[in-house]
Amino acid sequence: MSTDPSVTPAALSGEVHLPEKLADVEPVRSVRTPIRLEYDFIPGAASSGYLNAFADRKILGQRSPVDGAVFVPPRGVDPRHGAATPDYVELPDTGHVGGFCVTRLPIPGRDDLEIPYVSAWIHLDGADIGFLGLVAGIDTSEVRMGMRVRAVWKPDDQLGRTAENILYWEPSGGPDIPVTAAGTNAWHAKQITESEEQAAGEGR
Amino acid sequence: MAERTAVLGVGQTKYQTTRGDVSLPGLVREAAYRALEDAEVGWDDIDAVVVGKAPDFFEGVMQPELFLAEALGAVGKPLLRVHTAGSVGGSTAVVAASLVQAGIHRRVLTLGFEKQSESNATWALSLPQPFSVSINAGAGGYFSPIIRQYMARTNAPELIGCMVAFKDRQHALLNPYAHLQQKELTFDQVVESPMLWEPIRFSETCPSSDGACAIVLGDEAAGDASTKPVAWIHGAALRSEANNFPGRDEVNPQASRDCADDVFAQAGITDRRGEIDEVEMYVPFSWYEPMWLESLGFCEIGDGWKLVEEGATHLDGGDLPVNCSGGVLSSNPIGASGMIRFAEAALQVRGMAGDHQVDGARKAFGHAYGGGAQYYAMWIVGADKPTS
Repeated sequence: MSTDPSVTPAALSGEVHLPEKLADVEPVRSVRTPIRLEYDFIPGAASSGYLNAFADRKILGQRSPVDGAVFVPPRGVDPRHGAATPDYVELPDTGHVGGFCVTRLPIPGRDDLEIPYVSAWIHLDGADIGFLGLVAGIDTSEVRMGMRVRAVWKPDDQLGRTAENILYWEPSGGPDIPVTAAGTNAWHAKQITESEEQAAGEGR
Repeated sequence: MAERTAVLGVGQTKYQTTRGDVSLPGLVREAAYRALEDAEVGWDDIDAVVVGKAPDFFEGVMQPELFLAEALGAVGKPLLRVHTAGSVGGSTAVVAASLVQAGIHRRVLTLGFEKQSESNATWALSLPQPFSVSINAGAGGYFSPIIRQYMARTNAPELIGCMVAFKDRQHALLNPYAHLQQKELTFDQVVESPMLWEPIRFSETCPSSDGACAIVLGDEAAGDASTKPVAWIHGAALRSEANNFPGRDEVNPQASRDCADDVFAQAGITDRRGEIDEVEMYVPFSWYEPMWLESLGFCEIGDGWKLVEEGATHLDGGDLPVNCSGGVLSSNPIGASGMIRFAEAALQVRGMAGDHQVDGARKAFGHAYGGGAQYYAMWIVGADKPTS
């Protein structure tokens, strides 16, 4: 390979000659062509149950038939085992912050967000994966992994079939979950606790 | 046994914010011609073409591989498109190599590209799902929580990421193809640059680039016939995993570890740090260098940041130079970025990396990841033909 990027490949180094009638025409370097696409959204069975429940201020997950892991939002499948997850589980609107990001630049389509804002993986009590949520009601520098939070909902008369019913998550007080058992560490921490309990039970 | 396969030629375009002088077909054709020239072959010598790029909604051109077929000399030949998000350039090279290794084709042209000037990556990566909460600001918003977890696990000093960013920008000055050429940049300027996705600073992120990268791969006979040094493939592997499941280790994903174990086993390498002379690693955000050093087994878990701190990954004086080309932090035409890593690894073992050459490099590692750190592509190339 040439170490000099300014050397044009031989095959491309020929001159381009425009027809005479185009000689004085201003060259077009780029064209902006805004497009829009409108579509109907059909969420599928698992997501329909999840979105419909939001209208009643409920958060639904689904339980894996293999090992009981609870997924939220539900997708109808446990991706680890390729197993269908037909059973819904109602989850509380409390949990803790897993990983999070303090964002200091605007994002497309959310002009309403005041910068900086905190997006976080919210791990609901009783769920085994996190989902994204906005954390507010606290200075961004005070947010931490393992911090306990609860949902702040829209007023009842504004509820729709949408996850946007939850405006944000605010600190709910109480001791933090230790980082080693928070967020994506929670599942393994739970396995260890359960096997210890099982061992203790067998010892009796 | 698989057919021994070699990199015969590499072609890149100068990476920059806007290549306004060429269309998409013009851009890919330039990289393809450079690779053909380097390989000393013509279009007729190419049996198949394998193309990769980021998802179609980046530039808004659906199935661009079809409209680029003529520019890529692919009319009447097998043309394959690979889709694995940001890792696609690497995955594309691995797929192309497999067509030679399987004995299906003698010579394959593979190419990755992106024209970010005709695209809006942050928009494309922030597409809201209907009726869901839209608060994720592009790739930085996704990877920042994972980086925060790495920092919490390892208690790494806060400025490790800045050290990586400064190092890669210094390396870029030695690579005329690199996009960012920040001759005046100081370490303090990196540290003082504004936080975008805390803990990620502006200077710790990759630029938006236009560019294309192409590789010509050949079988053993083609490699033997080359008048120039070639890079022999000693191992090539792909892995993937779901991006959200209970107990997923986002910092050090299983798919990454498994892919690394596979490719090192194929290459018969047991002392990873000792036997690899250069690493071209996919580092779009600075902290991913120490994270991948650990995941790829170049050091113990928790020690990646120590290699950065002691300068082990510098071209100048390091024993495991990483991203001597300047890396993704200095050039990021997304669909090409993975292939650039693979191509640069090949240039190193061919002794053709110019001012960013690692003296006497015999084996080099090319790496790419994509999606929610869930798609992996890796290869190991060597100056010598593999014995098995």
